[in-house]
Amino acid sequence: MAFKKKFFQGFAFSIFYLFSFLVFALVFAILGVLLYKGIPAMSWEFITKAPEDGMTKGGIFPAIVGTLALIAGASLVAFPIGILAGIFMNEYTYDNWVRKFIRMITNNLAGIPSIVFGLFGMSLFVNTLEFGVSLLAGSLTLGILVLPIVIRTTEESLKFIPLDFRLTSYALGATKWQTIQKVVLPAAFPNIITGLILSISRISGETAPIMFTVAAYFLPKINLAWNEQVMALPYHLYVVSTSGIDPESTSRIAFGTALVLTLIVLILNLLANWIRKSMSK
Amino acid sequence: MKKSFLFKLKEGFIESLVFISGNLAILIVFLIVFFLFKEGIGLFNQQPLEEGTAIMLNPTNPIKELKPEEIKQIFEKEIRNWKDLGGKDEPIVLFTLSDVDRLFTLEELGSSFEYLPSKIGEYIMNNPGVIAVFPEKYLPPKIKKFHMKNISLKDFVGGKEWHPTATPAVQLGVLPIILGSLLVSLGAILFSLPIGLAVAVYLSELAPKNVHQVLKPTIELLAGIPSVVFGYLGLALLVPFVADFFDLPVGETALSGSILLGIISLPTIITLSEDAMKSTPSELKEASYALGANKWQTISRVIIPYAKSGIISASLLGIGRAIGETMAVIMVTGNAAVIPYLLDYEGHFKNPFYASVRTITATIASELGEAPQGGIHYQALFMLGCILFIITFIMNLIAEGLNLKKR
Amino acid sequence: MFKIDAQEVNLFYGKMHALKNVSMQVEANEIVALIGPSGCGKSTFLRTINRMNDLIYGVKINGNIKIDDNNIYSNKVDVNELRKNVGMVFQKPTVFQKSIFDNVAYGLRVNGITKSSVVKEKVEKALVQAALWDEVKDNLKKSGLALSGGQQQRLCIARTIAVEPNVILMDEPTSALDPISTSKVEELLLELKKEYTIIIVTHNMQQAARVSDKTAFFYVGELIEYDKTPKIFKNASIELTQNYVGGKFG
Repeated sequence: MAFKKKFFQGFAFSIFYLFSFLVFALVFAILGVLLYKGIPAMSWEFITKAPEDGMTKGGIFPAIVGTLALIAGASLVAFPIGILAGIFMNEYTYDNWVRKFIRMITNNLAGIPSIVFGLFGMSLFVNTLEFGVSLLAGSLTLGILVLPIVIRTTEESLKFIPLDFRLTSYALGATKWQTIQKVVLPAAFPNIITGLILSISRISGETAPIMFTVAAYFLPKINLAWNEQVMALPYHLYVVSTSGIDPESTSRIAFGTALVLTLIVLILNLLANWIRKSMSK
Repeated sequence: MKKSFLFKLKEGFIESLVFISGNLAILIVFLIVFFLFKEGIGLFNQQPLEEGTAIMLNPTNPIKELKPEEIKQIFEKEIRNWKDLGGKDEPIVLFTLSDVDRLFTLEELGSSFEYLPSKIGEYIMNNPGVIAVFPEKYLPPKIKKFHMKNISLKDFVGGKEWHPTATPAVQLGVLPIILGSLLVSLGAILFSLPIGLAVAVYLSELAPKNVHQVLKPTIELLAGIPSVVFGYLGLALLVPFVADFFDLPVGETALSGSILLGIISLPTIITLSEDAMKSTPSELKEASYALGANKWQTISRVIIPYAKSGIISASLLGIGRAIGETMAVIMVTGNAAVIPYLLDYEGHFKNPFYASVRTITATIASELGEAPQGGIHYQALFMLGCILFIITFIMNLIAEGLNLKKR
Repeated sequence: MFKIDAQEVNLFYGKMHALKNVSMQVEANEIVALIGPSGCGKSTFLRTINRMNDLIYGVKINGNIKIDDNNIYSNKVDVNELRKNVGMVFQKPTVFQKSIFDNVAYGLRVNGITKSSVVKEKVEKALVQAALWDEVKDNLKKSGLALSGGQQQRLCIARTIAVEPNVILMDEPTSALDPISTSKVEELLLELKKEYTIIIVTHNMQQAARVSDKTAFFYVGELIEYDKTPKIFKNASIELTQNYVGGKFG
């Protein structure tokens, strides 16, 4: 009996160890492959030049710039609205059905597939509001996509601030907004920043929402304007890897693009983690 | 010192911004639903025809109804006689723009084809077995367009053929596409649920603190990798591997998609299940140990049952993540819009995972760029988006409900 | 005329009747201690005096509380103005993530006093009064969170008196402090009494006996007995009070 009990436990636990190790190894295998195959493509030219010869040569500079422009545009949309909405959720609603309802809607918004955001952005921004396929339409679409992340992290960070801090401020004669602006937000800021960085990382990696709202197949000249299309790293990777004119040279460029994109996203994630950890100490 | 009027005005303004932003999420979800349906719903007011074409029959022809697949069969000459469609015994005569040169001289048609409509009319009147397909601008006077039945929800969801650009009649059955999405996601969850649960148990109950500190961020890293990168890695590495390993002619199969989506949904399942297991009250665990249970018995009989609803909710969100994923599947599943049948033509079992499939997301992403705005194909793709939205929305609601119940 | 005059105050949290007909008068420059077992309503009563309960969803209050003969629950009262005049110190030190100077200046600034020479002068005065000046005068730019627990609580007191209130409410201000810091705060209270009227909620019976002029004993939402502190502790007229101060329950 005791032996059987022990045997089962040993068997089950070895499976847990094995799978955990496999997942761990998988992540490093993915990163390893990206580095191994991507580093040969890396060069100063790759980062600073436009694609050439049907995207079999040259670099990815316009795509990097385009992605940065999208980050800036989508952040302008999502950050102010998301932070204010998070403040509304934690400071201006009581724990009743209003808050629960909005939270449910926000969670659902977070679960909507990204291609649906692409359809929505195309219908509302590109066609109905006639922004055309443009940086404006793409920024609005991506901004809405990451809005739930900003709302949720802001709300969670505010929840973390003890009630007594607010009461102290009121007891000194401060109004509600003064209290939020001068006491609550500064204290919650490090955690809010984490959410903002995570949403930037999400913005830079998304492809489906920008395919029909902003991304250009090939646009070597950089022309940043609200009504212009831009290239973007994730879409460029898709284009390069599926157009496949010359597998040899496109594979080199595709791995290089994948590496740059992954590095941007992962560095942002690590930064967010690091801020969260160093603040919670 | 009293707060000034201006000060109060400023605060009131900011607070109304807060209020508006707070309720914006509701508005956005509403707008998403509205615009998806607005673009898509027109589909059901349309005949399944190529834009701007008219079908005409001889007025004596008793046929009142033609289905898109029947038209397709007629034009592929698989059906050659009207009696096969329940009409008179009369051979079918095809008549399209390409026949015009052969049948009429340039003088008859006029220098700018101004007599073409009346010539078409004559030809139709003279041939009882004719079926004519012409652009609407050449519609002859006195001849009525043949009205096909509008596309119905049943044809759309239950239709087995997806040929959105076929001429003259389009076929818009999304069943194979929906089944493709479900198949790939099912495979993904079969792959990721056992692994994810094992890792979650390990993280929540077994891992020493220092291992936890390394493993957990590693899984967060996995969650951060963009899906298009997964897609490319899948295309470059997984697809050839699957073709080799399972000895398939092509590696772009449902199986490749499932493996890739399984990896992508792993972090969702691991993180949420771990949270669910960690919320088991320590008294419950202690009570189990006090009764002489060992760790495994406590995990399998106390912790997992306690965390059951959280684990189910995690799996649902994992499936939702898989169904909604676009870039990874578009690059590895081969995108054939064919129903993944379990049996082949001779009735032998065939593994649907070895076949190429096409998912809802991949269909939208690969076809929307070429579908003219407002056209029937465009509307069909938006309806497909509605279906995707409804599927994921319901899954999210159930997952949310399960989580609320626990709290 | 009394400094604070509460008449038949009733308070409801939803259906729960948390304060029942509480009437109490406090004279200027007195320290009044509120004692009683947990959940007896003493903190709730304290928070009616600066209308802090207004912030809690579902609270209803009736009755009158007058400070300097003005009804604080009248519609004409500006709540922020009232709270400025009735300072409050909390159980745990609530030092903001700001420098020592900015913590003390906070109350002045939110009330529209921004001229730096005035702010500087008032901050220094408050820190001196709170007996903290000598310890922090060289580090005013340092974060308030770097101070010890006892110093943090005195910083909170300094912040409260910087806005020159009439009345100071204290909700168990020493329960999170060590004995030495506690005695420093108690000394400070006796000093502050000269200028302010203080109401203090405490769980520590010795503290009530040491610092207060009058003591009020609350039990299940009612004010059972309110009298001079020595009388409450030596020969209370109600048996329940005797049992409580004698340590028979609590």
